[in-house]
Amino acid sequence: MAEKTYLQAISDSLRLEMRRDQRVFVLGEDVGLYGGAFKVTQGFQEEFGASRVLDMPLSETAIVAGATGAALMGMRPVAEMQFADFVSCAWDHLVTVAAKQHYRTGTPIPIVLRLPSGGGFSGGPFHSQNPESSFAHIPGLKVVCPATPEDAKGLLATAIEDPNPVLFFEHKHLYRRIRGEVPEDRYTTPFGKARVHRQGDDVTVITWGAMVYTADEAAAKLEEEDVSVEILDLRTLIPWDREAVLESVERCSKVLVLHEDTKTGGFGGEIAATIAEEAFEQLDAPVRRLAAPDSPVPFAPSLEKAYIPQVEDVAAALRDLAAY
Amino acid sequence: MAVREAEPVETLQQVKEAGLDREDLLGMYRNMLITRAVEERGHILYKQGKIPGSFYTGRGNEASVGVGTAMGPNDVGTPLQRDMGVHITRGIEPWRIFAQYMGREDGPTRGRDGNVHMGDARLGLHTMVSHLPAMLPVGVGMALAFKIRDERRVAVAWCGEGAAARGDAHEGMNLAGVRRLPVVFVIDNNQWAYSTPAHLEYAVDHLADRAAAYGFDGVVVDGTDVLAVYREAKHAIEKAREGGGPTLIESVTLRMEGHAVHDDAFYVPKELFEEWARRDPIERFRTWLRDNAEMTDDEEDEITAGVKRLLNEAIQRAEQSPVPDPATVIDGVFASPDELETPHHR
Repeated sequence: MAEKTYLQAISDSLRLEMRRDQRVFVLGEDVGLYGGAFKVTQGFQEEFGASRVLDMPLSETAIVAGATGAALMGMRPVAEMQFADFVSCAWDHLVTVAAKQHYRTGTPIPIVLRLPSGGGFSGGPFHSQNPESSFAHIPGLKVVCPATPEDAKGLLATAIEDPNPVLFFEHKHLYRRIRGEVPEDRYTTPFGKARVHRQGDDVTVITWGAMVYTADEAAAKLEEEDVSVEILDLRTLIPWDREAVLESVERCSKVLVLHEDTKTGGFGGEIAATIAEEAFEQLDAPVRRLAAPDSPVPFAPSLEKAYIPQVEDVAAALRDLAAY
Repeated sequence: MAVREAEPVETLQQVKEAGLDREDLLGMYRNMLITRAVEERGHILYKQGKIPGSFYTGRGNEASVGVGTAMGPNDVGTPLQRDMGVHITRGIEPWRIFAQYMGREDGPTRGRDGNVHMGDARLGLHTMVSHLPAMLPVGVGMALAFKIRDERRVAVAWCGEGAAARGDAHEGMNLAGVRRLPVVFVIDNNQWAYSTPAHLEYAVDHLADRAAAYGFDGVVVDGTDVLAVYREAKHAIEKAREGGGPTLIESVTLRMEGHAVHDDAFYVPKELFEEWARRDPIERFRTWLRDNAEMTDDEEDEITAGVKRLLNEAIQRAEQSPVPDPATVIDGVFASPDELETPHHR
């Protein structure tokens, strides 16, 4: 095992898939010579040639719809949106065609969209969003949000193998900040299986993406206060691991649902509602949600810090729950 | 800027040069009759309450048979709601179309979608959606796959003159031009987008003029002349197959009925309907066949009787098709891995 950044793990995984499967190709804006805005595909064009690493016009609809068409013809396209925010331009195609084609006609659409998402570095309203819940609401799409380098590598391989449209949210704030041990060889990490990031038994935090690390720092503080916090990293939202969530809730009896996306209509609401429906009797406190407020992602560092849940915010919520 | 306006096809010799023999011609005529008959009989079934939802026809656009005939066996396409002729020509059987209309298990979408939202991947036809022309850039993606794999296959992507205003058409055509992809765009210009006339939809003389802006050829063809439609489609498809890049074909006709059967099209001037009724694609081809290919009364009767028989049997068979089991309502939202182990995906 070698230590890799989150970004390197994604790049390695994509490269391994392209080496083992001629059907896999990459398309997106500036993915060729430039290697992508975040350099995930750096060196790919040299290795795989320009016909498998395609620089595209600024046309998100044509990129994603083009991926669908190529997938229908037996290819395994991996399309990069330069920023997850820009997938809004391809919303219609994804929701109208890609998500519904198999249900209607029985033709699988094996496409992967790589979506650099998330804030924390003054990207402002259009380079910071976490739009995963919008797509989790659409039947027919799978939604993946890895938090660790090891998961990012294995989940991307699974995404490319999957016969459905998969939205692969890569948190930009993890790209170079987070390092971890990653197996050299190819492996797949199953969808729908949560990962226990931290074991505990007083309060459980259900979260994903960059918030796993925010929760972990908060949990370390609470540990000093003799509160044992469990952190469950969902890894994938569609499908999501209800069993693991309900098991953790049963054991800890107090729950914080945490995400970087905005609160109203965020995926945390679905988790909280499921817990209320299926584990009400096991709860010793009301389910608590902590998320970004219902506003666009602001630019100024002071505002963005107030927007994205911070370690202190999580710690305060955990203290409230522990004391309940 | 003026694009090329295609000449009519006049003689049997010209047709032969375009690659059709007499038997092909009679087959095309038969397919046009089936196309119209499916829609006429479907309309009756709709009025009888046997078809739920809404009902759309492509009356006036039966020359789409010409495009279907021009496609090669391994070519693919994304025909739209006025292109029944393409479905018929590529071989979707009428009984399955009626089953589709009725929301039965044997329709191409097994009751999951209705009306002309159908296709059959085995026949190279991929199912349209309502958001026109969302399938146009999908067709471009199919052509992209052919280009990557260096295959001599062509994708045909359809669009109406109304939907040509949407960004999907621009993005798809631009990408096709940039990458010189083996794709042929067919704009069915039937002059009305629901109730909106063409002059409120675009400001150029011909939509085919736009091809120049994307770096490929455009041609306007009389969409009531099935032989001219065939010839132009064949030329464009073979050019694309040989690496010559995309072509935009604008096929001009008139939508002879409302947007769907609930719409009486009161907004279309009566004189316009009368004028275009005189150019009915089927009647026009029938006359041509009698004048130029010596189609006999016997041949004509045989074709007409055969179509009638086919449709009667089709409706009976469709009515016997089971209604979808309510227990299967969420089946197929996601594909399973074994579905990719088909020749299509290997």
